[in-house]
Amino acid sequence: MSALLEVSGVSVTFDGFRAINNLSFQIGNAELRAVIGPNGAGKTTFMDIVTGKTRPDEGRVIWGEKSVSLLKMSEAKIAQAGIGRKFQKPTVFEDQTVQENLLMALKNMRGWLRVLFYRPSGDDFRKVEDLAAEIGLKYELGRKSGELSHGQKQWLEIGMLLAQEPRLLLVDEPAAGMTPQEREHTTEILVQAAKTRAVVVVEHDMEFVRRLNCKVTVLHEGSVLAEGSLDHVTSNQDVIDVYLGR
Amino acid sequence: MDHSFIAKNPSVLVFLTILSLFTLMVTVLSEGFGIGVISTSFVKTLGKTLCLCLIAVAMDLVWGFTGILSLGHFAFFGLGGYMIGMWLMYERTRLIVVESLAQAEIPPTPAEVVDAIGNQIFGVVGSSDFPLIWAFSDSLFLQLALVVLVPGLLALIFGWLAFRSRVTGVYLSILTQAMTLALALYLFQNDSGLRGNNGLSGLQNLPGVTAGQDMVSIWFLWASALALGLGYLLAAWIVSGKFGSVIRGIRDNEARVRFLGYSVEVYKLAVFSLTACIAAIAGALYYPQAGIINPEEMAPIASIYLAVWVAIGGRGRLYGAVIGAAFVSLLSSWFTGGQAPDIPLGFYAIKWVDWWQVLLGVSFVLVTLFAPQGIGGLFDLWANRRPLDRHGANLGPDDGALREKEATE
Repeated sequence: MSALLEVSGVSVTFDGFRAINNLSFQIGNAELRAVIGPNGAGKTTFMDIVTGKTRPDEGRVIWGEKSVSLLKMSEAKIAQAGIGRKFQKPTVFEDQTVQENLLMALKNMRGWLRVLFYRPSGDDFRKVEDLAAEIGLKYELGRKSGELSHGQKQWLEIGMLLAQEPRLLLVDEPAAGMTPQEREHTTEILVQAAKTRAVVVVEHDMEFVRRLNCKVTVLHEGSVLAEGSLDHVTSNQDVIDVYLGR
Repeated sequence: MDHSFIAKNPSVLVFLTILSLFTLMVTVLSEGFGIGVISTSFVKTLGKTLCLCLIAVAMDLVWGFTGILSLGHFAFFGLGGYMIGMWLMYERTRLIVVESLAQAEIPPTPAEVVDAIGNQIFGVVGSSDFPLIWAFSDSLFLQLALVVLVPGLLALIFGWLAFRSRVTGVYLSILTQAMTLALALYLFQNDSGLRGNNGLSGLQNLPGVTAGQDMVSIWFLWASALALGLGYLLAAWIVSGKFGSVIRGIRDNEARVRFLGYSVEVYKLAVFSLTACIAAIAGALYYPQAGIINPEEMAPIASIYLAVWVAIGGRGRLYGAVIGAAFVSLLSSWFTGGQAPDIPLGFYAIKWVDWWQVLLGVSFVLVTLFAPQGIGGLFDLWANRRPLDRHGANLGPDDGALREKEATE
């Protein structure tokens, strides 16, 4: 299997603290993967490295068929290459309408001159409407996203990610603060998305991970502790010791 | 620019109508073209105010919409004034010199003319040679190009260095202020080539124009109104589309914009440089009406005033910036012009010339605390738009982000 993203031997140190320690990780096209681990295991730092926010001290991060290194690219370039990221806290542009948020995310030219002269076509509007329907915000298009409920904001952010048409989605705790119904909907969206692209979900909530029904990677102290199905990793003695036993 | 742009932004049409009516009214009431109710000096004040409104629009673009609190835009304004001032001063001095040398028995050589002009202009700083930066001062066309090019290029270089290093928030404000101060201090030097603290003067006299100031002042009022109208239209168009979405996104949460694949630095640089050019055009129209420009005009305090105008008018709405600049600067000239009556308290008389700045400072603090939407927010009452109740949360994590109290639903 050729990997879409390959992280190998990556280490990063913050003020003497090794947040990531010789981490290696692979994900293929159209794969759903859950990353779990206790606080400080390096889950968010891992995402920071892949999206270009943090530069590792050593190691390689290789992307796509052409095997380009992501380490020299800016955040914007990495995003354009097809990696989308959802933050822990819902971060949408609250002063702008749902439609404006989605239009901004829609896969189009990102250069400033193009954007300056860009006017959305009927096709763009249709795509936005379809997306809004998919994330359950069809009737909220004209509302400012700051007025949406917490769960709706989470969906809007996922919708913005889908609008980018990324090949890899990094999702940080999507179910945090959601009601059970909202969680179910979120699961559906993610499973659906993983049919056509790679999706990495960082999550604390075991119940949510079980519902995703996918391969699980357990991080601990900055490196991979175990990998496999949820049942496989939860029966692993190391995993029980550092994570589940607590 | 299709018709739907105006349809979607009715405030633009309202603004342009009011601006046209205002210009027409002043023309009719002026001494030069009308019945002479408004004095020429007041026409100039109004024309200058329009230029200040234009730079306030630029400031609103860069601060209110993009979240960059630049304390350097008056430096670009001043540079624009210097660039046009160089031609005005050169050409007018040349006409005078040629006229006076024409009396001489031997016709002067071109070199003698240039020397005499240099003597006239730079005698005040003990020099008579033209510095290198005056190389194009004999060409109106080139100096007009420099009005935009010099501040634009300075903004481009400065912005590139600052944004590339991801300097944001208050640190960026301090950097822009340092740039302004450095520029002003440099220009204060006699050997800076721009006549040190004397500055450039006599700019109100247009070379080769015999019409009186009563006419000239109206011409400049028209030009300023036209520039303000076009600048407003451009700014409204920029913020209405996706570019506007992106820069407002940068204001509220620039990390998120970056992860959407937009190169935040390039966008900031584009807005910073463009607004520097708008500020420079405003300056180039302002100083011929003021008649004199010196480095004092570019002191950091001027740029801080600019931020105060925009804040009092209402950040993030273009008409707010215009209203703020017009209101505060006109009020300021009324108070400092000695027209405001003193308030006798018995033991002490409040003289507004001394106390105006205190009043301005206090009202700035009050507006920031209690009416962050500024004067522009009054239109929300009229349009029945409700303020947003977000339980104290701002609209984004960044320093420049719209605050809860500034936002409307």
